[in-house]
Amino acid sequence: MYAYDELDRTLINERVSEFRDQVKRRLSGELTEDEFKILRLQNGVYLQLHAYMFRVAIPYGTLSSKQMRRFAHVARRYDRGYGHFTTRQNIQFNWIKLAELPDALAELADVGIHAMQTSGNNMRNVTSDQWAGVAPGEVEDPRIWSEILRQHTTLHPEFSFLPRKFKIAITASEHDRAAIKIHDIGLRLHKNADGETGFEVLVGGGLGRTPFIAKTIKAFVHGRDILSYVEAILRVYNQYGRRDNIYKARIKILVHELGIEKFAKEVDEEWKLMGDVGLTLDHSAIEEVRSRFSYPAYEKLPHMPDELKQAAADPLFERWRKNSVAPHKVQGYSIVTLSLKPVGGPPGDATADQMDAVADLADKYSFGEIRVGHEQNLALPHVAKRDLPQLWRALDRLGLATPNVNLVTDIIACPGLDYCSLANARSIPIAQELTRRFANHDTADMIGRLHINISGCINACGHHHVGHIGILGVEKNGEEFYQITIGGRADENAQMGVLIGPAVPYAEVADVIEDIVEAYLALRDRPEELFVDTVKRLGVEPFKERVYATR
Amino acid sequence: MPLVKQGRITTDLFVHVADGAELPGDGAILISAARFLEDPEAVLKRAGKTGVIWPNSRAVDDLVPHLDRLAAVALVFPTFRDGRAYSQARLLRERHGYDGELRATGQILRDQFVFMSRAGFDAFEVKKDADAEAFAETMKRYSVFYQPTGDGRITALNRRMQLRHSESAGQ
Repeated sequence: MYAYDELDRTLINERVSEFRDQVKRRLSGELTEDEFKILRLQNGVYLQLHAYMFRVAIPYGTLSSKQMRRFAHVARRYDRGYGHFTTRQNIQFNWIKLAELPDALAELADVGIHAMQTSGNNMRNVTSDQWAGVAPGEVEDPRIWSEILRQHTTLHPEFSFLPRKFKIAITASEHDRAAIKIHDIGLRLHKNADGETGFEVLVGGGLGRTPFIAKTIKAFVHGRDILSYVEAILRVYNQYGRRDNIYKARIKILVHELGIEKFAKEVDEEWKLMGDVGLTLDHSAIEEVRSRFSYPAYEKLPHMPDELKQAAADPLFERWRKNSVAPHKVQGYSIVTLSLKPVGGPPGDATADQMDAVADLADKYSFGEIRVGHEQNLALPHVAKRDLPQLWRALDRLGLATPNVNLVTDIIACPGLDYCSLANARSIPIAQELTRRFANHDTADMIGRLHINISGCINACGHHHVGHIGILGVEKNGEEFYQITIGGRADENAQMGVLIGPAVPYAEVADVIEDIVEAYLALRDRPEELFVDTVKRLGVEPFKERVYATR
Repeated sequence: MPLVKQGRITTDLFVHVADGAELPGDGAILISAARFLEDPEAVLKRAGKTGVIWPNSRAVDDLVPHLDRLAAVALVFPTFRDGRAYSQARLLRERHGYDGELRATGQILRDQFVFMSRAGFDAFEVKKDADAEAFAETMKRYSVFYQPTGDGRITALNRRMQLRHSESAGQ
């Protein structure tokens, strides 16, 4: 965990005071709604269909138990007793009152939590692998660099009014869990031939109405130069990104219109001209940030404790363990994913009671630490294997042990028309219906890894383009219709899914998904061939035939 | 529209001269980039000071050769969500060493003062009187800064390193 010092605390408190002044000026009429809109968006406050929505940052997905308890408190005191974890390591509260927002923000600031730049046309919350620092085989802990970037991007005096939002993600693993290829800047930590730490820098990824996979702009930027290189990209974008049309304002469009070579040349020229402007990170500067991260005092534990051997006799425990428990870099420990996708529930929601209980379990079993991933699930990153059976029983009682991680019911969905003023169609009820259709965990297990992503409109907050199965809500003659894509993925082999055919009405979506899954089961050449690999091998045709033959 | 300079509301000594209008023989003037670039020498040889309003859609490179003879550069924020002039300001100050008046014009609210000051602006044509009056107070909103810019404010990281250094020196 990164521990805030006095300076970090001062800054977020100063931000609370500023926001309090802004809300006061709005309530008194000194600020028009148009003026206030930009200011509230800089601090994560949207006006949704029914109320203000408040988005709070969980930088690089790391939370302490104390912070999680504070979320529970805010959910109870200022909202309706629950919160929603998003695809970008944020939590959203859907029913906040404007007049109470500054107080909610102040209570969060007490525990080092802020909402700076969780919306608006600025540099958004820096995200990373939810298993950072604990996954085996990492180059190094990407949170050090995430924190360096978090600080650098916070209240940046030059880049707080960009053409459009700007998202940075960092990974340090071969398997990309941070979806860096669908970010404005993706950073892949690796070492060069001399063993020095640096980054492959990717640029111009993003979804929305014009989706692009990010392209490599530089194969290796030394760690000490990463801030100046990112600054050069931002400066080119700030000056030349389009501002005449918000749908063409993301950096992906600039990169696409100029071409990656020309864009890279512009950035390189700016980078050279920049010279030494105090952005070079020498060893001691990096170590200063690193020193503020604390790591658990792990015990020396056996790889296979007796408790685990005994529990293996229970098939329900074993099913959960095989599904939700992942290897840890330290022997005797595991990373445990807590599914926020119960059968029939809205994906990513947690009640205040669940949050409190997770905080208690984190204290008891995970050195007080919790992680949040872009799949809208939580994780306990340091669980001793001997504690797994006890933890499982506790999670099961809380409804947080659904053994569906990475399976067909582990659905990523945006809030959709139930909450969002931009949406064309509902997302949550589609997800809920699908979890009921595939409620049999043995069936889901037999189907294997399959990511379904649902967006209620073209803005693609549910990342439908990169779902193995993507579902996009559209409006046709006042009715909700859904376009289905297959074959997308968000990992190191990221690619966009392909449309299988005409959109289908709301009532038929679940049937269509069942047809696609049945087609896959009939078509896969062996049980280990994942859905997305079968689509890659055969293309969309056989799936299309199956779906539309009878419609 | 009140002008804030050196931290307080002040009288604007520059006269805005429209593109078609005749230039006054003396006195400080503020003219458009297009007018200035038509014949920079003719403008600069006047008795009074010259200021240029530079659009945010044009690179500052064409202005750079004239910087040492200009008394003011005004950069434009057509709406406060359009942040191009922040980059222009930093380039003028930090890369091209411009040290004359750097003025922010357009839709300027108190909520941009700190950002603008950090980017190098030292004069502000403020939209609302209440915001102009709140200038000094608003500039005190923040005492911690994460990024280095040309404004000389020390960054959080440098403060930490200094603290660490003085702690270890004291041992």
